[in-house]
Parts: sequence; structure tokens; C-alpha cells
Amino acid sequence: MTDLTSLGVKEIRDGVARGDFTAREVAEAFNAAVAEAAALNAFIVTTPDHALAAADKVDAARAAGETLGKMAGVPIGMKDLFATHGVQTTAASHILEGFTPRYESTVSQKLWDAGAGMLGKLNLDQFAMGSSNETSYFGNVASPWKKAGSNAAMSPGGSSGGSSAAVAARIAPAATGTDTGGSIRQPAAFTGICGIKPTYGRCSRWGIVAFASSLDQAGPMARSVEDCAIMLGAMAGFDPKDSTSLQMDVPDWEAALNADLRGKKVGIPREYRMEGTDQAILDSWEQGKAWLKDAGAEIVDVSLPHTKYALPAYYIVAPAEASSNLARYDGVRYGLRDLPEGVGLQDMYAATRAAGFGDEVKRRILIGTYVLSAGFYDAYYTQAQKVRALVARDFARAFEECDVILAPTTPTASFPLGSMNEDPLTMYLNDVFAVPASLAGLPAMSVPATINADGLPLGLQLVGKPFDEQGVLNAGLAIQQRAGFSAKPEKWW
Amino acid sequence: MSVDKATVAKIASLARIRMDDAALEQMVPELNGILQWVEQLGEVDVTGIEPMAAVIPNTLRLRDDVVDADPLTGGGKREDVLANAPAAEHGFFGVPKVIE
Repeated sequence: MTDLTSLGVKEIRDGVARGDFTAREVAEAFNAAVAEAAALNAFIVTTPDHALAAADKVDAARAAGETLGKMAGVPIGMKDLFATHGVQTTAASHILEGFTPRYESTVSQKLWDAGAGMLGKLNLDQFAMGSSNETSYFGNVASPWKKAGSNAAMSPGGSSGGSSAAVAARIAPAATGTDTGGSIRQPAAFTGICGIKPTYGRCSRWGIVAFASSLDQAGPMARSVEDCAIMLGAMAGFDPKDSTSLQMDVPDWEAALNADLRGKKVGIPREYRMEGTDQAILDSWEQGKAWLKDAGAEIVDVSLPHTKYALPAYYIVAPAEASSNLARYDGVRYGLRDLPEGVGLQDMYAATRAAGFGDEVKRRILIGTYVLSAGFYDAYYTQAQKVRALVARDFARAFEECDVILAPTTPTASFPLGSMNEDPLTMYLNDVFAVPASLAGLPAMSVPATINADGLPLGLQLVGKPFDEQGVLNAGLAIQQRAGFSAKPEKWW
Repeated sequence: MSVDKATVAKIASLARIRMDDAALEQMVPELNGILQWVEQLGEVDVTGIEPMAAVIPNTLRLRDDVVDADPLTGGGKREDVLANAPAAEHGFFGVPKVIE
């Protein structure tokens, strides 16, 4: 019998529906794989019973001849940023350690309604702040990949690093991620998997621990474009509980997948040719152009003149929103309380937040507090919001000349854990290609392209027009079919 | 613009994060590095550009003006609301004494 853990979302769902294997067998296989992979530290808590219960429900529904959901029988990993009823939800922070929601996030509920089950809650950078999965209170996540000839633990990317590591290691067929400034795409690129951030508002933010509300978007991470299309279809949809939720129909992205790009124009943004980008990444970008041309697309040059300013604008807007969102952690309503002997309420707040937040979270709260403070608001925050408008306008103009944009996902491949911690800025720069699409709220995806000389995966990024997830997925499929990416990390865990 | 230790202490106090001297000392150069880097935004000509707050044009909806329009987020959830409180007492959140 096939090793069930080698299967993806579509293969599992269709196999369960056909009766090739039961959902319970699938859940048991993945539960066992998760239990064996503690060395990756991908999960903060595991929930094998949740996966089994969901599987039994699917098997019973099938036996009763009922129609099965889009994700029926597929056990997934849930980033620990989604509130899950009765299961600890921490955002990888100490301040939320032990927090057990009495409600379910909209996105996770939709996945359970579609027949998926939960293998566990996945590790991440604390409050999704980080690009290497080194800021979690629960320890670093190790990528399943190793650099050729080295045994050093590599970064799975971040912030959705538990998600990327689990999917690449085949201990989950798919996982949820969230993307504020690249947190789905960068980890997907680092680990040789696919990940799509839909248009802002496609997936409800209700029940997702907030980082920067005008940027936060959930999306799927899986090993193929088809699997991402299926899972995104189950996650997306209007939710009256999220005031920025898009009130529009969710297209059947899976059914409409089409890698024939004849008549489509693919834009190549000249400003993305940046100093400090690995030659292998530039080469893979060239290769990507050739693949899309082969799929029938016309390649055109486009300009996104404010690209260079997107990242600094992001590092004002995101911390500003974070400083406001994270004000809710006060040691009163939920989470950690640190109450030193004899102190009052204000000192309790300050002691709780000092003990409960990690260094990177504190840094961003302080930056955010500073740029929003009287006297600096206009110079920093208003200016950044104006630059954000220009970044979005650049994309709108570029999309008058093309249908989808092709760019690298990251300027480098994965790096060893601990190698980038000297200066917070060097880490921020890893998101230079991912952040512009986030600021503009556009759908964007990373698909694996190739392996570099060190044996590490490289990803290519596709950015689409607002609401055109289909165009992004289709171009991603065209690359997937031509890249034939089949490399797998060798099992060491 | 750059920040000194006193300014960082002020920001930390506004943000309600207790920081000792060593933590403040360490934070000063880190924040200055980031602030100097974002300073480049000043080069951008933003004449006539409106600051962008919402990236996808969307109008705010009004829900029906009825009690418990959404049962999940309506009232009558005291037990659920208090379930994760570090110190819930008599059906309320407990806090240290706030009157001197």
C-alpha cells in the first residue's frame, strides 16, 4: 500500500472518496509521522484525537452515502495563530501560554466544516513577527532541509515556519498560514512548497490573533498548486464578523485551473533586480520567464518605481498597527499576569508585558508606539501611509500592461538558524520582494522552482490583480508543470 | 531623527513595558538602526497623495439593530468571557486595588 503520508490534499480527498483507504487510516498515518518528528519542533501542541474524530466523521458520512466536503478526510496543521475551541492558542508567545479559546476562528471552522481534521497547532514566530522562526517562545523550528555537506539546522522561514516545515517534511499534507508581509510566501520558498496569500479580505480575520490588521491575511500552504486551490476554496468566503471581509462569491478555483497562458501577459518588474540577490535566484527568475513563455504567455517589462520604499513603509505601518493591537494583552482578561508584591494596576500591566513578550515583539511595539506618538505621527506614520498608496498605485499601473507579475519570492535561499541575528534589519530585508504585494493587498503565491548549488529550494513569486487568485494559481500551475520540482528533504528527524 | 535612552524609557512607559537599564541600553541602538533606515521615506514626493488606510475599497456594513444579531458575539457569555482570566472573582475580572 502507498505510504499515505506521501499524498497531498487532492490525492487524500479523492482516495477517501473512492474508498482506496479510509480517512481514519490517513489520520493515523499522519499522527504517527507527527509523533516521530519532535526534532523539527514544528508543533506547539499535537491534537491526534481531533484528527481521528474528524476522520471518523468523514468515514461515517461516506458509509451513509452523504456528499463529502472539499477537504474530506484531509488532516492538516493549524498555525497557532488561529483560535481553536478548547485547544491552547498561543501565537507562540508566553503571554498567551495556556489560553484556551471558547470559540473557533472562522477559517478553522470552515476547514472543519469541509471535512478536514487537525493534527495540531503549528509553531511560528511570536505574534507572526519574524522571518526565520527564531522568535517563538516555544523554541526555533528546524527546516527538514539541510545544506549539502552540513549538519547545521536551517531556517524554515517565517513567520509560518512550523507550517512550512511540517508540509515539506510530509508530516502534514497541508497547513494554514498567515501572511502580513511575506509570512506564507517566504517560508514556502525556503522549504520547496507552495503557498498563496489571497486578496486582502478573502479569508476572514475573525479569530486570528491580530498582528497588523490592514495587512493580515490567511492562506493555505501545501505541496502543489492544485492543493492550494482546493484548500483556499475551503478557507475563503464572506464573514459578517470581520468588517474588512470581502462580500463576494468565492470562485471554484480548483475547477477553473488552467495552465494554458496564451493571450496572457506576464510583467517583469525591473526594480526587483536588486543588489544582494543571489545569482541562483536571478537565474531561476530567467528560467521562470522561459517557462511562462512556453505556456503561451507574452513577457513584458513593467515598472514598480516605489519598490525600494515598500519595506521601510511596512516597518512603520505594521509595527504601528501591532502596537495598537497588542495593547489588549494586559494581564486582566486572558493570558499571563505578572503581579509583583504590592504594586498597582499600571505596574501590573508593565510587569506582565515585560515578562510575556519576546524581544522582537517588544521592539516592534516600541517602534509602533514611537511612530504614532504626538509630534512624530505625521513624519512617520502618515508619510508611510502615503508611500503605501504609491506602492499600490504602482501595481495598478503595471496591471494596465500585464495580467500577472513574476518575481523571485526571496533574495536568498534558507540560512542556518542563528546566522542572521546580529542586526534586526538584516532579517527584515529578507522580505523585500514579498512586502510590496502585502502593502497593496494583492493575491500572491510562491511556487518551488529549483534547487540551488547547496541543495536548498528556491521559489518564484506570482502577484495578481485584486480578486484574481485564479490568474495567480494558473501561472503557478504553468510553472509547476514545467519546473517538475520533485526534490524532497532527506529524513533525519 | 534618533532616540536616546530617556526617549526609549518614555516610549516603553507609554507602551506599558517595564524595561531595566540594561534593556534600555540595548534597545537604543536597535531602534536607531531601524529609524535611520525608515528615514529614507522622507525622499519620496507624496504631494497630493492621500494616506492609505484600507487597501481594498470596501464600505463598512451595519448589522441588523437587534440584540444578539450574532449569537457568538452577542451577550450572555459571561462564563466564556471569564474562562481565561488570570483572576476572575464573583463574575468579574479581578485587578489590584486602583484607589490609593
